[in-house]
Amino acid sequence: MASKVQVPAKTQTSSHGFPYSALIVGWLVPGAGHLLTGRWVRGLPLFLSITAMFWLGIAMQGKLYVPNTGDVLDMLGFAGDFGNGLFYALAQFRGMGNIAVQTVTADYGTKFIVVAGLLNFISAVDAHNLRIGRKA
Amino acid sequence: MFSPSHFTAVLLFATFASVVFGITQRSAPKAMVRYGALCWVSFVGVVIAASWLMWVIKK
Repeated sequence: MASKVQVPAKTQTSSHGFPYSALIVGWLVPGAGHLLTGRWVRGLPLFLSITAMFWLGIAMQGKLYVPNTGDVLDMLGFAGDFGNGLFYALAQFRGMGNIAVQTVTADYGTKFIVVAGLLNFISAVDAHNLRIGRKA
Repeated sequence: MFSPSHFTAVLLFATFASVVFGITQRSAPKAMVRYGALCWVSFVGVVIAASWLMWVIKK
């Protein structure tokens, strides 16, 4: 039986070197993976959106999750926060996001931070797909 | 401290998420803009619809 699923033809890798560089760089700094592949027009809005979302979340006094709390929901929150790469490390280093969530705004901020991390994972994977030629 | 209203937070969230979805889920620039706009309208539209629904239920 014929399938209608269309599998894109594998294109040649656009550049040589470590194939996961865009993925890792894109995770560390939002949009940097796209910059590495030469797509700065895509990288710039990604950087601005994810960066703004993360720092607005911090400005709203959102909570930064940490690993090893023993609570499953906290671990899931940490998985999301971890997607922010260097921003997460910088905010933890500066002692931000360690206050208990007491206001509705702080709850919005916590969600902004988690979603910024998840969006950055998507962005980094997209940069990887561009890097290996899976996406044009 | 930045303390936006619920609706402002929705608009900000929808804008940032739609930009990322548009760029990452489509390949052509025109399709990116169209998909991003669709995501934004969907985010905000669903919130407005849900808030009206809650208002009706409360009544």
